[in-house]
Amino acid sequence: MKEDPATGVETVDVLSAKVQKEIIKAAHEAAETSGGSLYAKRLQIYPKDVSGAFRRFKWAALVVLLGIYYIAPWIRWDRGPGVPDQALLVDMMGQRAYFFWLETWPQEIYYLAGLLILAAVGLFLATSLFGRVWCGFACPQTVWTDLFMWVERRVEGDRNARIKLDEGPLTLEKALKKIAKHSGWLVISLLTGGAWIMYFTDAPTLTRDLVHFQAGQVALFFIGLFTATTYVLGGIAREQVCTYMCPWPRFQAAMLDEDSMIVTYEAWRGEPRGKHKAGTDWEGRGHCVDCNQCVAVCPTGIDIRDGNQLECIGCGLCIDACNHVMGIVKLPRELITYDTISCSAARAEGRPTRYRLVRPRTLIYSGLFAVVGLVMLGTLLTRASFDVNVVRDRNPLYVTLSDGAIRNGYTVKILNKSRESRSFELVAHGLSRAELSLSGQEALPGALALTAQPDSVTSYRIFLRAPEAAVLDETTVMAFSVTETGQGETVTHESVFRGPAR
Amino acid sequence: MPTKVEKDAFTGTETTGHEWDGIKELDTPMPRWWLYTLYATILFAVIYMILYPAIPWLGEAGYTRGVLGFSQRVELEESMAEARSEQAVYLEKLEAASLEGMLDDPELVNFALAGGRTAFADNCVPCHGAGGAGGPGYPVLADDDWLWGGTLDDIYITLKHGIRWPGDEDTRDSAMPAFGSDELLDGAQINDVAEYVLALSGTGGDEAAAARGGAVYAENCAACHGDGGEGNREFGAPRLTDAIWLYGGDKQEVVETITKSRNGAMPAWKDRLDDSTVKQLAIYVHSLGGGE
Repeated sequence: MKEDPATGVETVDVLSAKVQKEIIKAAHEAAETSGGSLYAKRLQIYPKDVSGAFRRFKWAALVVLLGIYYIAPWIRWDRGPGVPDQALLVDMMGQRAYFFWLETWPQEIYYLAGLLILAAVGLFLATSLFGRVWCGFACPQTVWTDLFMWVERRVEGDRNARIKLDEGPLTLEKALKKIAKHSGWLVISLLTGGAWIMYFTDAPTLTRDLVHFQAGQVALFFIGLFTATTYVLGGIAREQVCTYMCPWPRFQAAMLDEDSMIVTYEAWRGEPRGKHKAGTDWEGRGHCVDCNQCVAVCPTGIDIRDGNQLECIGCGLCIDACNHVMGIVKLPRELITYDTISCSAARAEGRPTRYRLVRPRTLIYSGLFAVVGLVMLGTLLTRASFDVNVVRDRNPLYVTLSDGAIRNGYTVKILNKSRESRSFELVAHGLSRAELSLSGQEALPGALALTAQPDSVTSYRIFLRAPEAAVLDETTVMAFSVTETGQGETVTHESVFRGPAR
Repeated sequence: MPTKVEKDAFTGTETTGHEWDGIKELDTPMPRWWLYTLYATILFAVIYMILYPAIPWLGEAGYTRGVLGFSQRVELEESMAEARSEQAVYLEKLEAASLEGMLDDPELVNFALAGGRTAFADNCVPCHGAGGAGGPGYPVLADDDWLWGGTLDDIYITLKHGIRWPGDEDTRDSAMPAFGSDELLDGAQINDVAEYVLALSGTGGDEAAAARGGAVYAENCAACHGDGGEGNREFGAPRLTDAIWLYGGDKQEVVETITKSRNGAMPAWKDRLDDSTVKQLAIYVHSLGGGE
């Protein structure tokens, strides 16, 4: 690192763009001598520490999000005896998912679909308004990479120290530092993997089992799996996940327009860039002093001055770095700024800036979000505490009885979501003089009383008979309704009644 | 095909030496990862051949067995044995339980229904149809009419000993005479009695013939089918007053039945199926139409 005596700016041309280009050139030459490899070697990125508003916000987001992640499975929620008391729990073996007051069955997986649609549309909306805020601050990949980089910085030092360490020979100190860093990463990974499975089993029980070395193989397997993925993705793969593996950066450009807030370099003000001697005039040149601080701090190793690009995760750390330098050279801040392209262009031309949050794009995304949200809310509020499924016998389609009446067989399944045994009344609609009976019992007109076992599906084979004169068609569309006795909550299921060809 | 390997000026790579319609192909090396994947699959194959059965014609067994000694047949036998041992509990219970007593044990009923469904599909469906839908000459098992009785015990005995089955002394037996073929009745009498039988269930057309047929019926049919056509389960004689016809209920079919008689048969299953399977079948058949 060199310090410009005139400006006091630390320049890091040790690994400036020029050096990086040389490395790439060397890599190409090496590839050619090795017989023309088609594989470009990864360029290690050494993000520099930085302080400022965006860095503080990123730390805050990290603390809050990790806090939620680690604390959430420990929240208790009393649901009565025999039911898990964990507020957030996906019980794979018991086939139930619990979310505070809500208990969902596998049949209701559409709530998950709805939630994912909400998340996607929410992501579109946030991106069209504020750029890649998800990528920059909230994505687990970003959060854990940030945490891993913090460990790395504590152990190996800042950017230049790390570059020097990696370039230097293997010494005892280097080995110890590397061991310490990877151990730290592994501990974090283990805690991450360990916390993840708390969402799928009772957290206190599992923790006790883990402490006593009694945890089951499945739990250990998944802890191992998520430990490994956290370590590889957050420690080793890092920005390559965002650049090469994640589909989102590839199509997020479709959500952005000139009115989206993004991290942007104000080229009109910065160019032509160049080194600046203290005391010399700023006339005829741009404000960018080409100190490369914005590149040095970037977690994905790009140069924001080349414009918005898919590698940019929108974290704004380059803004913090540039603001710091602008302070030193006593120029206005925000040469790299978090703003819209149209505002930037307006400033370049001296026009007043204008923010347009309400645009067709954002209206469509908000509308979609509202529609999906309302539909989900609606289904949640009107969600019956039981569900009914009726499966008609296909063989035989119908049976002629001794007295000439036509009888169809059905299997009625009552899915009782509550924890108590409940009684229901089954009624057939749409067929005159119809009589219901349970298999092996006498047919009676009117309602059929059925009992549903608690928290399970109770299945009944029932018969529906009607006098031949009442069966007017080969296929009669009819319906079964199931009403809870004395409660009035009703679920209706449409079916058909088959008779002989007319 | 002339082959002339040359060096491509632009990329510096050699060509394959082939030329098609003026198009040459560069001999670009495979991507390294691709090559490694190929090597990995070869390695996998070699290891697999050592561990698992792989090469036919070699060795005592007619193929190389592999050091792990894996065999799909053994796996199948093991899993079948496992399934059998899981079933054993229920099978023992089935052996011990009386037919009527079984209905009080829902778990046992569920087991019997599942087993009965499979046994029914394997043995009974060709004649009685899936779900006991029946067909001309083969009784519907899902209705409320039972020729030889519809209680669990009745069904069990029918299954065990069959109907008109020559090999079984206890088989359910009866024979309706062929009134026409054996010249017991003449054509006019048969026509009259057919009209009478149809009139019993309200589907007759010729009232005069039916009235004449009454006397023929009383003399020839009432002994088995009952004075009022109510049938008799002791002989498996169908009830003639209901809406169910085993061989069809139009006049032509009824005349055919009286003339030549029918006397359908069902095998005795006691020699083909073990007792617990017959019990399972009885439970299943009983459940189809609700039984008696």
